[in-house]
Amino acid sequence: MKFRLRIWKQASGDAAGAFSDYEVDGISPETSFLEMIDTLNERLTERGEEAVAFESDCREGICGMCSMVINGQPHGPLPGTTTCQLYMRHFDDGQPITIEPWRSGAFPVLRDLMVDRSAFDRILESGGYVTVHSGPKPEPNANPIDPEVAEESLDAACCIGCGACVAACPNGAAMLFTAAKVSHLGLLPQGQPERWERVQNMVEQMEEEGFGSCRNYAECEAACPKEISIKFIGRLNRDYLRALREPIDRHGPMDSQ
Amino acid sequence: MKRLLLLYRSIIGKKVIAAVTGAVMMGFLILHVAGNLKAFLPDAAPGVPDIDVYASFLRTMGEPLLPYTTLLWSVRIVLIASLLLHVTCVLQLARRNQRARPVRYREVRHVESTAPARWMLYSGSLLLAFLVIHLLQFTTGTIDAARFVPSGVYGNLYRAFHEWGYVAMYVGATVLLGLHLYHGAWSLFQSLGLDNPDRNRGLRQLAMVVALGLSLSFASVPVAFSLGALGPPPAESPKLALR
Amino acid sequence: MNLDDRVPEAPIEHMWSTHKEHLRLVGPRTRPHYRVIVVGTGLAGASAAASMAAMGYHVECFCFQDSPRRAHSIAAQGGINAAKDYRNDGDSVHRLFYDTQKGGDYRSREANVWRLAELSASIIDQAVAQGVPFAREYGGLLANRSFGGVLVERTFYCRGETGQQLLLGACSALAQQIHDGNVKMHTRTELLDVVIVDGRARGIVVRDLVTGEIRSHAAEAVVLATGGYSNVYYLSTNAKGCNVTATWRAHKRGAGFANPCYNQIHPTCIPVSSEHQAKLTLMSESLRNDGRIWVPRNEGETRSPGEIPEQDRYYYLEERYPRFGNLVPRDVASRNAKNVCDDGLGVGPSRLGVYLDFRDAISDHGHEVIGARYENLFAMYERITGESPWKTPMRIYPAPHYTMGGLWVDYNLMTTLPGLFAVGEANFSDHGANRLGASSMMQCLADGYFIIPITIGDYLSRHPYGDIDTSHAAFADAEREARGRIERLLAIDGSTTVESLHRELGRLMWDHCGIARSEDGLREALARIPELRDRFWNDLRIVGGAAGINQSLEHAGRLADFLEFAELMCRDALQRDESCGCHFREEHQTEEGEALRDDVNFSHVTVWEHTGENVEPKMHEEPLSFEALPLAQRNYKT
Repeated sequence: MKFRLRIWKQASGDAAGAFSDYEVDGISPETSFLEMIDTLNERLTERGEEAVAFESDCREGICGMCSMVINGQPHGPLPGTTTCQLYMRHFDDGQPITIEPWRSGAFPVLRDLMVDRSAFDRILESGGYVTVHSGPKPEPNANPIDPEVAEESLDAACCIGCGACVAACPNGAAMLFTAAKVSHLGLLPQGQPERWERVQNMVEQMEEEGFGSCRNYAECEAACPKEISIKFIGRLNRDYLRALREPIDRHGPMDSQ
Repeated sequence: MKRLLLLYRSIIGKKVIAAVTGAVMMGFLILHVAGNLKAFLPDAAPGVPDIDVYASFLRTMGEPLLPYTTLLWSVRIVLIASLLLHVTCVLQLARRNQRARPVRYREVRHVESTAPARWMLYSGSLLLAFLVIHLLQFTTGTIDAARFVPSGVYGNLYRAFHEWGYVAMYVGATVLLGLHLYHGAWSLFQSLGLDNPDRNRGLRQLAMVVALGLSLSFASVPVAFSLGALGPPPAESPKLALR
Repeated sequence: MNLDDRVPEAPIEHMWSTHKEHLRLVGPRTRPHYRVIVVGTGLAGASAAASMAAMGYHVECFCFQDSPRRAHSIAAQGGINAAKDYRNDGDSVHRLFYDTQKGGDYRSREANVWRLAELSASIIDQAVAQGVPFAREYGGLLANRSFGGVLVERTFYCRGETGQQLLLGACSALAQQIHDGNVKMHTRTELLDVVIVDGRARGIVVRDLVTGEIRSHAAEAVVLATGGYSNVYYLSTNAKGCNVTATWRAHKRGAGFANPCYNQIHPTCIPVSSEHQAKLTLMSESLRNDGRIWVPRNEGETRSPGEIPEQDRYYYLEERYPRFGNLVPRDVASRNAKNVCDDGLGVGPSRLGVYLDFRDAISDHGHEVIGARYENLFAMYERITGESPWKTPMRIYPAPHYTMGGLWVDYNLMTTLPGLFAVGEANFSDHGANRLGASSMMQCLADGYFIIPITIGDYLSRHPYGDIDTSHAAFADAEREARGRIERLLAIDGSTTVESLHRELGRLMWDHCGIARSEDGLREALARIPELRDRFWNDLRIVGGAAGINQSLEHAGRLADFLEFAELMCRDALQRDESCGCHFREEHQTEEGEALRDDVNFSHVTVWEHTGENVEPKMHEEPLSFEALPLAQRNYKT
């Protein structure tokens, strides 16, 4: 198979970027999308040209590292799939393919297709945890959890933090990510004591990072490789409103040591 | 108060405010169109169109407990406040959203979002412009002042909707309204966190019914006038007293 | 080389508690003065960093990924073992100890394995308290499933995403500590060297992968949680970034490397399908619970699997191992798959594959039950191969997956280099010559949550804090060396890409130091690796410079270390003139093709000491004793 690629190239965060056109041929349909770019990169290196910088690590759809907008869709045309799990048999021979990085003010481009997603980490750090130290803990079966609840929590917890939701959202909102993280813990009994504080802090951090606002387009849900439902955004909104009814600043910053 | 301020400051809060104010305005529109449809009723008394009676009632309702037009103005104040909040919040968010994506994609393929959802800002802005014209025309009578008869609602409608330009504008506005509500009426439930997968289909359908229902009902009056289905106002209509 | 294992004198069931009672501690007010560096944020690194920071130590944490939660632990699918005995099927700490020791073919240190089994239950408690949504039964209690190599159900799981959920749990604890300022997190930062001052590990040299800056960090102790080295095979189930650099650099600075030849080839991976393939994908071992493994009985079978009648199907694991059937340990399953393919019975275009068939499971249990268990795995398989396991059997083949070898550590998890600790897959400690399914995460978390936070205090309490910083000459020297290495790499300006050289190394290692090894093969590999290394240093081509992001340069640095390490691996495989667990020497097998151990000569850990560039490394032995569990021949047949 042969493909005409139009890829965003940008030397560094503060350099100006532009699209470059490439052609790769001799690609078998069993090649994954990233292997196709690996092949391109090898050929570029052999010719002494700079390779296309892109991120990937696990290449089995779980680390959330890969981040490409392929022909206008984050992670490409297949629903519920990361870029690394996309295979060239899903494309037509000779098809032009445009590849762009995630576009978001909160995810500045570092180089070519690599962006800085540390904003997500800061959202997590602001409250995406249950305060527990390592050490002896109560017997878990003393606190049964309805399997439906555990499953729903896992539906949210399976977020891989790739940022496709932000990339797909016409407003560049990070609501699906934040909602998934808030709901994962908010659904479980372990997450209850810090539930209201968590949602307030995480939403506040999300705003500080400069993400856009939700207009309920549901593009995030469509782009999410883990198919996380926007019902969790509704849940986030509900929890956030409920949190505003809680006493403000119930306790100061907690000493986690 | 502090919490209301928190609500106003946050982007989720702003969406909630937009949702609540949108719901208030939507509720008003339902009452409004119920009033409009009175144009189709036979005269309340010889020479007195039913809709004129209703218009007069709007001013006098609340009497004698409250002074003339007090209740009407209260409602108007709520609506004006809602509109201002709705527009302010939405514009603030829109500006934020623009900053959230400083570089646009070269190619975008939408999958899940509906066109009406993506056009909310445009439909909303046009509706706002229409609202100004509408108020100048039928509430203050500033437009076409020569022919405007205060409280002669039926007559004013009859005259306006025999001009195709007005008919087109009003029908156009109802289409915009339908599009705006098709997304808005569902979206407000999601923003308020009242949506869930079990209700989702129902809420989508409800939004469809509200949007279509309001659109068609609003459009019916100008269309009926322009097609001649609604006759001229009574020639010598005894004017309802206007205080 | 001092190989004092520091195992306390006590009956095995009281060892850990006795040991803890005698360890020296650092008081809570003093802990913030002690700086601890943690490299790697997988299950072991994240849990260690979070636990130590919560105790008060000043932790500096490093990962090469853009976020700690992307470390490759996230890809562990199947589950985590714990001796909870919730199923009432006779499980106990002793049985988990026994299974692990036997699974590892009696090549691990008993004391460590017992402690692992003992701590296993606490890991589940800890994870549940963090909000890990483990699978539940209808009554709301924790659910279990069975896993290869054992006869009890003790594996806890979150669908096929157990590793992800456990890592998110550990990373959430880490996130809190970062937020509170107790951990300084350095993402996109790769370790290039370990800095030694007065014979103790005192810091690291790193490269900022975004700016290209080389800088140092000083500390009172360094913990390596940098995972395994399966990527020496190029094609493995590891993430693309997984590398041996940290442990290899530590080794070259004086840490003993133990059992490098022990590496596990996972039996259930998707076969290679294209020449450009960059990575192999693992399908959870839990699939063997319901799937039946077979190949056609006749060589040259051309019918599609659905058309092959029962009598022409060779369910080789069920026939050869009636008691364990499809649930034999990983090494046995992998080797048998290789055998049948070598016999020409393999399936798929490359003939390097066997069927994993769910036809009978679906007809016995129904679509719904099987779907609940494996839906996401089936979907993943279909996405990759374009074939649906609902309709046609999966095709699987073994792939390098996990490395039991690693830095030698004592009972405190400290390497032979004082102040340098190794946790998780990076150390050699608990799995012997073969790791049982669902026990890697158990080991990582036992190390990180419960062992290192306590044992590191014993070391730190014996040393002052804050006595040196990065202005010490040793840091400048190490930085200079690191820069020099990068400059050398960039100066080669040859014509071969890193990727192709790595692929070549991988093929060489797979052929000669893979599922089965022989003296001739290993000798050939030992002859060819230096040639390949020469080509690397003379004909490599890297485009771009040292400043800024340069992914080829990163890869080249890692490959340079793999090229040195591969030699040690083959050397170790050659000297271990026996078969044990995953290390299968063709010369040593039973008549039925099972691994034949040589307990008289080889019941020890081989520890290698680096003695200089281009000098043969020195070999040491840590003898293993078998007091709690007497040596026995592994038998999964009856």
